[in-house]
Amino acid sequence: MWLTSKIKQVLLVLKPGVVTLKYPFEPHPVPKNFRGQPVWDHHKCIGCGGCAAHCPARTILVRDLCQDLRVMMYDGSRCTYCGRCADVCPESAITMSEQYELATNDKNDITLSMELFMLTCQRCGRCYNREKTNMIDKMGLKGFRYDNLELRAVIQKATEHFDEKMLEESDRHQRPRKIGE
Amino acid sequence: MLSKICKKAFTKSLWIYHCNSGACNGCDIEILNVLTPYYDVERFGMKLVASPRHADVMLISGAVTRPMLPLVKKAYAAIPEPKLVFGIGSCAIGGNCWFDTYNVTGGADKAVPVNFIVPGCPPRPEAIIYGVAVALGLANKKAAPVELKQVEFPVDMYLANKAWEERNVIYKVLND
Repeated sequence: MWLTSKIKQVLLVLKPGVVTLKYPFEPHPVPKNFRGQPVWDHHKCIGCGGCAAHCPARTILVRDLCQDLRVMMYDGSRCTYCGRCADVCPESAITMSEQYELATNDKNDITLSMELFMLTCQRCGRCYNREKTNMIDKMGLKGFRYDNLELRAVIQKATEHFDEKMLEESDRHQRPRKIGE
Repeated sequence: MLSKICKKAFTKSLWIYHCNSGACNGCDIEILNVLTPYYDVERFGMKLVASPRHADVMLISGAVTRPMLPLVKKAYAAIPEPKLVFGIGSCAIGGNCWFDTYNVTGGADKAVPVNFIVPGCPPRPEAIIYGVAVALGLANKKAAPVELKQVEFPVDMYLANKAWEERNVIYKVLND
């Protein structure tokens, strides 16, 4: 009797066939509307910093090295792949690619830094309205906004002099740490 | 070098201990999905084990919360050498959007040394398999740091200007 049951099992298994993917040896396409690693187009980017303001995990950081040079850094290690940066970008410079094979042994492999050449308003230094106090209005802003007053004091404003120290700091940038540590 | 050691140390099979340190269960479901017949990872000889003392590899999912921190450290200490630690998902790598929250350590690397990271929120089962394949040396890693520049010269130009000004200071002092 056990033999017939085994034969039955084999026949049952033969019917659907092999369903296992040969994934690591053969590529497997992603479904439609899949959000993978965000990709920046530095020719389209105007450096408004809207992506930095809207990122829930604060992966995008804006550094102003001097009056006409802005460095934007993307730290992909804590990215949620939510696609808000792509939604909010006014020039659609950010697109969510289909790249998901991002496994590495080094965190620096999933970072991106972008140097932008900026033109600033001669009158105010910046052309973005960051004085709005209404939170709902702030959410709708497309430019870069400061989180709070404390952070605003820390972030340096654009200067005429090139800040070499800041460049070094941004090269060896480390994620923000808690005050208690 | 690490992959070479892996090839020697883990020739037969990897036994995996799955440690949830405060994840939302998204990454855990994907890890279990990897073991299903569709993404069958047991063909590489991998197997989930219940005790860290039986394991070679520790999968950490979730930003390590404050109550979980000593437990994660204990579980890591219980794994016999040689051991590998995988950070699965954005929470385990950098803390995701809780990277600076008051009761979160902000990533598994603050608690234990992490050897390999698999980003994603949650990572696809393929991404986890790919991470394992990278660790075993079956595949090459594709991610690399990117540097984009709108114009090629600015930083170099500013540095050169500064060097030129500093050089001219000597002549100014001499003239005075």
